[in-house]
Amino acid sequence: MSSKLKNRWWGWGFRSAVMLYFIILIVLPILGIYGQSLSDGWKAFMDNIREPLAWKSVQLTVWMALIATAVNIAIGTMAGWVLIRYRFPGRSLLNSMVDLPFALPTAVAGLMILLLLGPQSPIGRWAEHFGFSILFHRPAIIIAMVFVTFPFVIRAIQPLLEELDPAEEEAAYTMGASRFKTFFRVIFPNMLPGIASGAMLAFSRALAEFGAVVLVAGNIPGRTLIASVYIFGEIESDNAAGAAAVSVILLTLSFLILWFVNHLQSRRRTA
Amino acid sequence: MHVEVRGLNKRFGEFHAVKNVGFSIAKGQLIGLLGPSGGGKTSILRMLAGLETPDEGDILFHGKRVNDLPPQERGIGFVFQNYALFKHMTVEGNIAFGLEVKKWPKPRIRERVAELVELTGLSGFEKRYPHQLSGGQRQRVAFARALAPEPQLLLLDEPFAAIDAKIRQELRSWLREMIDRLGITSIFVTHDQDEAIEVADEIMIINQGNLEQKGTPWDIYKNPQTPFVASFIGESTIVEDISSLRGFEDARAWPGTRGLIRPEYVEIGKPSEFQILSATETGRVKHLQFRGSEWLVELEVGSTRLVTYRSLEKEVLHPGDEIQVLVHRAYLFNDNDSWIMENKLKEDRTYVEI
Amino acid sequence: MRRLWIGLTFLVFALLLGAPVVRIAMGAWNDGWSGFAGGLTRPEAVHALAMTGLIVVAVTVINTVFGVMLAMYLVRAAWLGPRLKKLLNSIVDLPFAVSPVIGGLMIVLLLGPDSAIGGLLGAAGIKIVYALPGMILATLFVTFPLVIREVMPVLQEIGTQQEEAAAMLGAYGWTTFRRVTWPQIRWSVVYGIVLTVARSLGEFGAVLVVSGNILFKTQTATTLVYQDVENFSLTSANAVALVLAAGSVALLLLMEWAKSRQKHA
Repeated sequence: MSSKLKNRWWGWGFRSAVMLYFIILIVLPILGIYGQSLSDGWKAFMDNIREPLAWKSVQLTVWMALIATAVNIAIGTMAGWVLIRYRFPGRSLLNSMVDLPFALPTAVAGLMILLLLGPQSPIGRWAEHFGFSILFHRPAIIIAMVFVTFPFVIRAIQPLLEELDPAEEEAAYTMGASRFKTFFRVIFPNMLPGIASGAMLAFSRALAEFGAVVLVAGNIPGRTLIASVYIFGEIESDNAAGAAAVSVILLTLSFLILWFVNHLQSRRRTA
Repeated sequence: MHVEVRGLNKRFGEFHAVKNVGFSIAKGQLIGLLGPSGGGKTSILRMLAGLETPDEGDILFHGKRVNDLPPQERGIGFVFQNYALFKHMTVEGNIAFGLEVKKWPKPRIRERVAELVELTGLSGFEKRYPHQLSGGQRQRVAFARALAPEPQLLLLDEPFAAIDAKIRQELRSWLREMIDRLGITSIFVTHDQDEAIEVADEIMIINQGNLEQKGTPWDIYKNPQTPFVASFIGESTIVEDISSLRGFEDARAWPGTRGLIRPEYVEIGKPSEFQILSATETGRVKHLQFRGSEWLVELEVGSTRLVTYRSLEKEVLHPGDEIQVLVHRAYLFNDNDSWIMENKLKEDRTYVEI
Repeated sequence: MRRLWIGLTFLVFALLLGAPVVRIAMGAWNDGWSGFAGGLTRPEAVHALAMTGLIVVAVTVINTVFGVMLAMYLVRAAWLGPRLKKLLNSIVDLPFAVSPVIGGLMIVLLLGPDSAIGGLLGAAGIKIVYALPGMILATLFVTFPLVIREVMPVLQEIGTQQEEAAAMLGAYGWTTFRRVTWPQIRWSVVYGIVLTVARSLGEFGAVLVVSGNILFKTQTATTLVYQDVENFSLTSANAVALVLAAGSVALLLLMEWAKSRQKHA
C-alpha cells in the first residue's frame, strides 16, 4: 500500500475510535439518565421531584451553595488580589497551596474537617461553649463547600489582574482619584468578569459536591441532607427512578450554569 | 512548460476567491503574483503547493496533472509569510528536517546543511534557536529550509511582509541573486509593487480572483491591458473628462471616456524649462511633499488635479506658483475599450525619463 | 493597609488549608507508629490502595491518549464542520458540571445488571457495575475533560503553519505529530496528566455508587476512608487519608512544576 493510502486508513481508524469513545462515554450516559428519569412517564417524574425530602434537599443544596459562593467571592477576591499585587515572603508557597483542594480527595477533605471541627476538637468545644454546633449541622456543609471551591474565584481573577494595564490606574491617579476610588471605578470593573465566572463555577461545583459533605453533614433529612446525598440514599434504597429524577434537576441546573459561563467567556473573547 | 494552470477555481463558502485562472510558467523563471490583499494570490499559491484543493481546474508540473498529489510529494519548497520555523529546533535542525524525512544518510545531510548555512550567510548561527534570531535571519533560515531538499519549484508567500523596511531592500536583492544563481523556478506573492517590479522576471496581476495581466514589469507598465492594472501600477490620477486637457481634445469623440495619467507622464516647470511650450497649458501648484529623493507635487490644471514628481536638481517650487504643465500621454478607458493616447500637440516623441 | 490584607490572607490559608492537613497528620499518629502502620498494612487497606493504583493507571493512560487525539481533532480536523466542532466542544466540559454521585448513577443505569446491555454482558460472565470495569468507566467519565482542556488552547496558539511547513517538507501525519506538534504541547499534556492522576486518585462519589463498596473486592482508598469513618475507626481512616493527602501534596508540587515548564516552553 502506498504511504499515502496507509496513512489514510490509519487516519480513519483513529477518527472512528476517538469519536466512538467520546460518544459512548459522555453523550450516552447523559442521554441515558434523562431517558430513565422519564421512563415511567411525566407524572411519575413530577411525583418523584415533589417528594418533600427530595425537594427540600435541592432547596437546601442551592441555599448552602449560594452562601459558600458568597464566602468564596469575599475571601477569593482578597486572596487573588494579595497574591498578584503584593510581593512578600511566602507568596509563591501560598500561590501553590491554592490548588490544594483540586488535588485532595474530597473524602479526605471531609475527614479533615471532621477532625478539626468535631465535638472533641478545640474548635468544636469552643463553639459548643458559645451554644452553636458546627459539625453535623449546616455550618459544616458550608465549610466543606468553601474548601472544595476555594480555588475557583482566585484562579479566575488572577489572569485578569495580571493583564491589567498599569496605565489605566496611573491615568486615574493623575486625574486626582484617591486609591479607594481608583479601585472601585477602574480596577474592580476589570476584575468583575473573573469574579462572576469564578463564582458561577464555584456555585456549580458546590451544588455537585458529595464526598466532603457526606462525612460532615449529619445528613438529617430536611435539615442537613443535600441533594447529592439524597440521591445516594435513593440509590442505596434501590429507588433508581427517584434518584434519577432529582439527578436530572441538579444536572439541568448545572448545565445551564456551564452554558452561561461559556457564553459569557466567548462574548468576552470576541468583544 | 514547467508549471501550467488551467481554469482554476476556488470558493470559500459563498466567496469566489479564484475565478478561472490560467497561466504557464517556464523553467527557471521568477514570477511575482501581485495584487491587493484578499485578491486571491495566496489561494493560488497554496493550491499550487497542495495546501488547498481547487474546486475546478488543473495544475500541471512538466505536463503531469498533480491535483491529486499531496503536498508531501510535490517536491516544492514553500516559504511562509511568518517563517513558520520550528521553534523548538535549532537553525541546523530546521534546515535538516526535510532531509531527515527523506531519510538521507547523515553525512550527506550534514554536508547539505553546511552548504546552505554558508549560502544564506548564517554561518556561526547554526546552533541558535529561532527566538534568538532577528527577523531577517529567520527568513533566511526559512529559505534554507525550503531549499534543502532540492525542490523543483520554490513558492514564497509575502516573504518580506514581516520585515523592517530597511532590511527588506537588502533581502530582496539577496533573494533575486540567490534564485538566479540556483536557477530554480520560483513564484512569490506580494502586495508591494516595488518589490514585484524589482525582483520578478514576469508579474501576474491578480485582483478579486481574476488574472488581470501577465507580463514583464515593463510590459505591464507601458501597456496595461485593464483599467485595474493601469491604476494599480504607479501613482496615477483618474481624470473624469480627459478631453478638457490640452492636447487630448480628440477624446471628445468617445463620450464617457475617462483618463488615467501617470505622474511620470506629467511634466511641469517654469516656461524656460520647456522645449515645446506650445503644447503646455497653465496650472497652479497646490501642495508639495518632500519625499527624500524628490518632490511630490500636487497641482491643478483648470478643474483637474494632477500628481507628479519633480527632481531636487530643478528650481524649487512653492504652493500657489504658476507653472506650465505638459501631459505627455494618458491611458484612456471607457466601458468598451481602453487605449493609450499621446498628446496630439507634441510634434516629436518626447523621450521621458522614468 | 497592605499588611492587613496580607495578614488576613495568611490567616485564611492557615485556617482553611493548613490546619486540616496538619490535623490529619496528627490524627494518623494518635496511636503512634503502630497505629499508623496498622491502619495501612491491614489487608483491606492494601487491597484498596491497589485498586486505587490500578484505576489511576488505567484511567490516566486511556484519557491521555484519547484526550490528545480528541484535542487535535477538535482544533485541527478539516473533516469536522465548524458547527459540529462547537457542539462537541461544549459537550467536552459536561463532566465538570455533573455531580460524581450522578456520574456513578448514570453508569449503573446504563450498564448495571438490570439494564439491557448490563444484562447481556452479565449473562456472558462479564461484570461491569460492582466490578473494576465500572469503576474505571466512572473515573474515565469524571476525568475526561482534563487533558483535552489543557492541550486545546496550546494547539490553537501554535497555529497550523508549522505543520503545513512540515507537510511541504515531506512529513506525513505521525512524523509531523512526533517531531513538530508534540514537542510544543508536551508540558501541557504533562500538566493534564498530573491533574488526571490527582482527580482519579481522589474520586469518591462516582466510584462509591458504581462499586457498591464491596470489601476486598471493589473498595478504593477513598471509599475505605469513608467506611472507616462510618465505623468510627478514625485512626485507620486517618492513616489511609494521610497517605492520600501526602500523595496529593506531591501531585500538587508536580502540578506547579509542570505549569511553570508549560509557561516557559
